[in-house]
Amino acid sequence: MATVKDFRNNVKPNWCPGCGDFSVQASIQRACASLGLEPDDLALISGIGCSGRISGYVNAYGFHGTHGRVLPIAQGVKMANKDLTVIAAGGDGDGLAIGMGHTIHAIRRNIDITYIIMDNQIYGLTKGQTSPRSESGFVTKSTPEGSIEPSVNLMEMALSSGATFVAQSFSSDIKDLTSIIEQGVKHKGFSLINVFSPCVTYNKVNTYDWFKENLVKLSSIEDYDPSDRGMAMKTLMEHDSLVTGLIYQDTVRKSYQEMVKGYKEEPLKDAELNMDREKFNELVQQFI
Amino acid sequence: MISQLSWKVGGQQGEGIESTGEIFAAAMNHLGYYLYGYRHFSSRIKGGHTNNKIRVSTRPVRSLQDDLDILVAFDQETIDVNFDELHDDGIVIADAKFKPVIPEGSNATLYAVPFTEIARELGSSLMKNMVAIGASGAILDLDAKEYYTIVSQTFGRKGDKVVENNMKAIEKGAAFVQSQSQGQPSKLKLMPADGRKRMFLIGNDAISLGLLAGGCRFMAAYPITPASEIMEFMIKHLPDYGGTVIQTEDEMAAATMAIGSNYAGVRAVTASAGPGLSLMMESIGLAGMTETPLVVIDTQRGGPSTGLPTKQEQSDLMAMIYGTHGEIPKIVIAPSTVEEGFYDAVEALNLAEEYQCPVILLSDLQLSLGKQTIDTLDYDQIEIRRGDLNLEPDLPELKKGEYFKRYKITDSGISPRLVPGTKNGIFHVTGVEHDETGKPSEKAPNRKKQMEKRLRKLQDLPNKFPSPVALNLQHKNPDLLFVGYVSTRGAIEETIERLEQEGLKVNHAQIRLIHPFPTEEVKPLIEEAKQVIVVEHNATAQLANIIKMNAGYGDKISSILKYDGTPFLPGEIYEKCMQEVVVYGNG
Ligand SMILES: Cc1ncc(C[n+]2csc(CCOP(=O)(O)OP(=O)(O)O)c2C)c(N)n1
Ligand code: SF4
Ligand SMILES: [Mg+2]
Repeated sequence: MATVKDFRNNVKPNWCPGCGDFSVQASIQRACASLGLEPDDLALISGIGCSGRISGYVNAYGFHGTHGRVLPIAQGVKMANKDLTVIAAGGDGDGLAIGMGHTIHAIRRNIDITYIIMDNQIYGLTKGQTSPRSESGFVTKSTPEGSIEPSVNLMEMALSSGATFVAQSFSSDIKDLTSIIEQGVKHKGFSLINVFSPCVTYNKVNTYDWFKENLVKLSSIEDYDPSDRGMAMKTLMEHDSLVTGLIYQDTVRKSYQEMVKGYKEEPLKDAELNMDREKFNELVQQFI
Repeated sequence: MISQLSWKVGGQQGEGIESTGEIFAAAMNHLGYYLYGYRHFSSRIKGGHTNNKIRVSTRPVRSLQDDLDILVAFDQETIDVNFDELHDDGIVIADAKFKPVIPEGSNATLYAVPFTEIARELGSSLMKNMVAIGASGAILDLDAKEYYTIVSQTFGRKGDKVVENNMKAIEKGAAFVQSQSQGQPSKLKLMPADGRKRMFLIGNDAISLGLLAGGCRFMAAYPITPASEIMEFMIKHLPDYGGTVIQTEDEMAAATMAIGSNYAGVRAVTASAGPGLSLMMESIGLAGMTETPLVVIDTQRGGPSTGLPTKQEQSDLMAMIYGTHGEIPKIVIAPSTVEEGFYDAVEALNLAEEYQCPVILLSDLQLSLGKQTIDTLDYDQIEIRRGDLNLEPDLPELKKGEYFKRYKITDSGISPRLVPGTKNGIFHVTGVEHDETGKPSEKAPNRKKQMEKRLRKLQDLPNKFPSPVALNLQHKNPDLLFVGYVSTRGAIEETIERLEQEGLKVNHAQIRLIHPFPTEEVKPLIEEAKQVIVVEHNATAQLANIIKMNAGYGDKISSILKYDGTPFLPGEIYEKCMQEVVVYGNG
């Protein structure tokens, strides 16, 4: 059985020392090992950004795509081979600016993949512009007077878009993050995990200390029930979405592939490609 | 007796104009005539003039006819809009209800047939279409009984009574015309056909059949005219083969989803038209850079922007060849007939896997939506080739930190390919420049090697591709060589027949492999000809420019261009040839 080590590939990340993304990488590796996965069975698809480099830093089938398209690529992979564990990961700009359309529709579609947003509330790779997750008033290179737009309320948006698994975590809490990723991978459907992953270079507001001060663990809220969507929404509102843990899970709704007509137990990649003569003649006959 | 005629039905969109054409065509097909149908429509669903023009012939036809013999009108607008097209002594059959008039002093014959009234008497005004069909049949001197098979096929589900009433509507329409024509023999009696019923389908149907038969098992697409039929066909049929279609949120998702699926080993495609293709360009570049197979179908329509969304044009050519940023290996193929649409769809899937790169199957609205009879599609020509893909390799265990060389430098430029999930086969994929294992590398020597490897892949394609140019070379040293691509083939072929009757020696080349350009094949054809005319549906002579760029001979090549949204008619090309281009005489 594979261990955490087997998910390491000896490539040295080019992230800044202290970047939150290191812990996301480590948590994915730990979660996969503890789930009993083999590196060969994991497809890790990532976007473009500092965060997007992650698919090159885990020993697995990695695909580093184009900016914003991590989800369609990952969904295409899963549709082709349902036996693969597919994890998608990318930045807040990647998933909530240029890729926002895909995020909402992937949530609605509910294909069985896990999507980790590495949320540093800024554009890291392009050196510090505002992101859709930046708080209003946030001063960056592109918002010298402070951002005028409010930030995207990702967790509330996910709930209202029909998400079946919504969780949030913090990259300095590797234990919690690992457990959340494990639950996300196990969930049968689309799992959305937002990880506060501080950018130590360009975001001097939302720092490790800031999160430690402001985040509330859902486990500390008495009788919190992640199967209760109303409670989830109310709790997010009460805490300005600054909570960590499993926020909501719908274990009843089936994943996309299970509802698709002609769904088979064998992965699509193993489907027969040749059409027999009889079938062909039948199709031709429909046009006569 | 005549060997062919042209019939058109017109009225308001949403009024059953299409089904009137369908039933008429089906009846003629049943009798063994060859057909070519083309619809004029707009982006509205209800309202707005629409018409369906159908050419009926005793021999194969791939183009519209210049003029019109019979016009069936459900409103006055149909007469007003289409009368110019009508033959001097053509026939108008119109619903008496709107008191139809034809221009004064014309030689045409007008039959004001009470379509609606007859239909109402039989129980439903919906049947006015059938009255019109019956009336048309009488003009052709067809026995109304000839419609029976089609009517019972079309309405059989609704019960015998419905079939009977529709037959009555046909008979009454026919009887009305017969009573008006007072026993005069029909000028438009067709020579009998061979009685063989043929496949009658649009180009998009043929392409879809090719995709299915060629092993496509996943499609991701966003609806757009004139590509949607492909998606609709696949939605209907893919589940029988374990496959699926996802209607995505946009074309970027469609293309990248298909890339993800191809990467994981499933033959996946997307289809769209100009606006969608513009959105896909970055993704097509990703497929090129990551050497992932991808088939994209572009059914060209009138551009730019939303342009003429329901009209014919061929103006995406340059964009399809050069549209992505950076330089990638990319194949662009262009079927010139409905049959080729089928075979090329199979071939596109093969080429994408063999060359591990994006393949664009370039159609146009006329080919995609034009509906015609074809003799056959040959099952035995279907072949599935997956190139250097190894689905069940026996690989040695990788050492720690080592990856499989998915981008191995080879002489052909094509590297061994595995899919995710393969034991001991881990490799990385990235749109960033990378080394042989797929790990990012910006080192200059590596960049050079990988770039050259990718571009080297297509070097031999023009020699390997079966018939990169569809040729009709009757003559040595012809006076004229026509060049075109996609749907202009039929109109060019008929133009050539007329020019040959005038004593001109004319050859024809329809380019099928657009990129990489088959220079070696095309150059001698141009060299031999006294003059070359490139016929295309755009304003900037894109194909002519590609030919000049690759083969030279700029001073020999001239263009006949059309970009008003309507398809070339044979007569039009002929006229332009006479007026503007051909330097006459055999000297
Ligand atoms: C189509 C396109 N537009 C712009 C860029 C430039 N770009 C690369 S990453 C990025 C944003 C990065 O921010 P985020 O997604 O939050 O990732 P982070 O670097 O913060 O991890 C941008 C704008 C690009 N690569 N592609
Ligand atoms: S710039 Fe910020 S996000 Fe990027 S690697 Fe450095 S710390 Fe991480
Ligand atoms: Mg970011």
